[in-house]
Amino acid sequence: MFPLPAHPAAPPEHLKEPLVYMRKAQGSWEKRILKSLNSMCTELSIPLARKRPAVEQKELLNKWNEMGTDEPDLSLFRPVYAPKDFLEVLINLRNPNYENGDSLSFRTHLGLIQVPLKVKGIPELKEFFVELSLTTGQLGIDDSTQVPPELFENEHVRIGQKVLAEQDSAAAQQYVRQGSPTALRAELWTLILNISSQPEDILYYEQLKTNVIQHDLLVDSLIYKDVKLTASNDDYYFVFEDYLYQVLLCFSRDTSVLGHFAYNSASPPKSYIRGKLGLEEYAVFYPPNGVIPFHGFSMYVAPLCFLYHEPSKLYQIFREMYVRFFFRLHSISSHPSGIVSLCLLFETLLQTYLPQLFYHLREIGAQPLRISFKWMVRAFSGYLATDQLLLLWDRILGYNSLEILAVLAAAVFAFRAVNLMEVTSLAAAEAVLADLSTLKVMPLLQIFLFATVT
Amino acid sequence: MSRVSVPCHVKGTVALQVGDVRTSQGRPGVLVIDVTFPSVAPFELQEIMFKNYYTAFLSIRVRQHTSAHTPAEWVTCLRDYCLMPDPHSEEGAQEYVSLTKSQMLCDMASVTELRLILRQPSPLWLSFTVEELQIYQQGPKSPSMTFPKWLSHPVPFEQPAPLLEGLPDPSKISSEVQQMWALTEIVRASHTSTRIGRFDVDGCYDLNLLSYT
Repeated sequence: MFPLPAHPAAPPEHLKEPLVYMRKAQGSWEKRILKSLNSMCTELSIPLARKRPAVEQKELLNKWNEMGTDEPDLSLFRPVYAPKDFLEVLINLRNPNYENGDSLSFRTHLGLIQVPLKVKGIPELKEFFVELSLTTGQLGIDDSTQVPPELFENEHVRIGQKVLAEQDSAAAQQYVRQGSPTALRAELWTLILNISSQPEDILYYEQLKTNVIQHDLLVDSLIYKDVKLTASNDDYYFVFEDYLYQVLLCFSRDTSVLGHFAYNSASPPKSYIRGKLGLEEYAVFYPPNGVIPFHGFSMYVAPLCFLYHEPSKLYQIFREMYVRFFFRLHSISSHPSGIVSLCLLFETLLQTYLPQLFYHLREIGAQPLRISFKWMVRAFSGYLATDQLLLLWDRILGYNSLEILAVLAAAVFAFRAVNLMEVTSLAAAEAVLADLSTLKVMPLLQIFLFATVT
Repeated sequence: MSRVSVPCHVKGTVALQVGDVRTSQGRPGVLVIDVTFPSVAPFELQEIMFKNYYTAFLSIRVRQHTSAHTPAEWVTCLRDYCLMPDPHSEEGAQEYVSLTKSQMLCDMASVTELRLILRQPSPLWLSFTVEELQIYQQGPKSPSMTFPKWLSHPVPFEQPAPLLEGLPDPSKISSEVQQMWALTEIVRASHTSTRIGRFDVDGCYDLNLLSYT
């Protein structure tokens, strides 16, 4: 996931994103977000940041563990952007050096994404995801009640315990490709993500908590609103509402997250201390971690609450998952795990292996990406049942790639293809695909990759 | 190994195409860039560096200085070097590339002229070229060190002076002192890069609006 050592002449922006037009597109998108945030600030007359008076600080400290009970008036706040706004930007992404003529040629993209990034085909995916093949045992398939545990599950659990005993991070990453037993998952993910809970890490988290107490940020209200709109309304995640505030508010103050912008095509928003506009010594990033949350952002944290109950550990895991994987889902880049590549991979897979379905949906004005985009941006969080979601995220960690999200999206369409062929509108297609909570992720992936007649 | 940039004159690209460039429908798939070195004597080429812009394959021909009076001939030193694994997609399209003399097919001892032949077989791209072309020759060799005689010709092992009574072994002390010194050097050198995490300026985080630059 981290960029390979680059050519010595390559400037830092080349490491963030090698293609110039994508850098420009990301820059324009960011400018739009900043304008939106600034106008919210001036319209509501709320400062971007405010030091809390001592009374308020004490109050917040007292109810730190139950911030969900707070019911602030958030009606005036609106999310800075939603996934569908971002999709429109990606749809309009164009390479100025590419033949974008109106006339159909052999290379016209029939989907929504019009940039010619290199994506894997099914033969390459089969090689890449070889541990998901039909002849290899999987948790999510071979641990179902009909299968006797002696065949696979017992041995797999035994190997998992051995990996944990050896504290072997690389072995753990290889191991979770076949799924992680529920009892071992928290420790295995900790091992893969290289999280150690040293006293200084707990101290660091406490420091972030102090920062939250001392300063109130406009971004906090956006986080509150997002949690209230998404996680609190979800049957699986509403119990974790308080944890989500404790993680996300601290996340916004964490300047160590700024480090990931070296390899993220995005850049952190900048501002100046009031009255010192233009003076570099008074330049600061806002929010301190440089990440402006969008609608649905809290869903990246929610599934982790099932695994980790200690706030500082939960925080570390989420932060590491974000700077390794999740940031690629909402920034414009040419990286194979970036959202643009995932969208193109999804559309290419669907077009190549389900051409009739693709053609039909396109004809009725229901471009498949319009439905699957929100799944991929959230890494399917909030759409799948939690045990299935965690099995999917096992594979994200195991393969160190987000491409499995695009493959799963295509597999879901393949699974519901018969119903989708009968719909006649985008709304009807959305309805067919509205409820994914009964889906079993691993059989779908296995069938799509290894058992579909190509 | 040090290297020194050689000032070069890059002539304009010439498209090779069958038929008239202006009237024919297709775009040229082959471009030729001539590089001359007007102010420099024939030199030994060390490295060629450039930024690619949608070129798929690169060939390089070189003309070297010959002592005889026969006119120098063009020799291919790089044949069909692949810059873009898939000419139809973006992979490798805007990458920085370095080519060293060890990758060349012939000796690059006294280069007078270079000819870069760029090929892009895909019709999807509107244009292609290479940018920021830089040629390097071998830099001056680092001056050879002459070691002092006692370092290059160590004397055979001497018998240490007999220990004075009651004093600890001097070689043991010196190794311990060395270890302590090494530890202090490590502590001094390991300036931790972990930030304290301050996001405010002197306790103040009262901001203007966000800047657009």
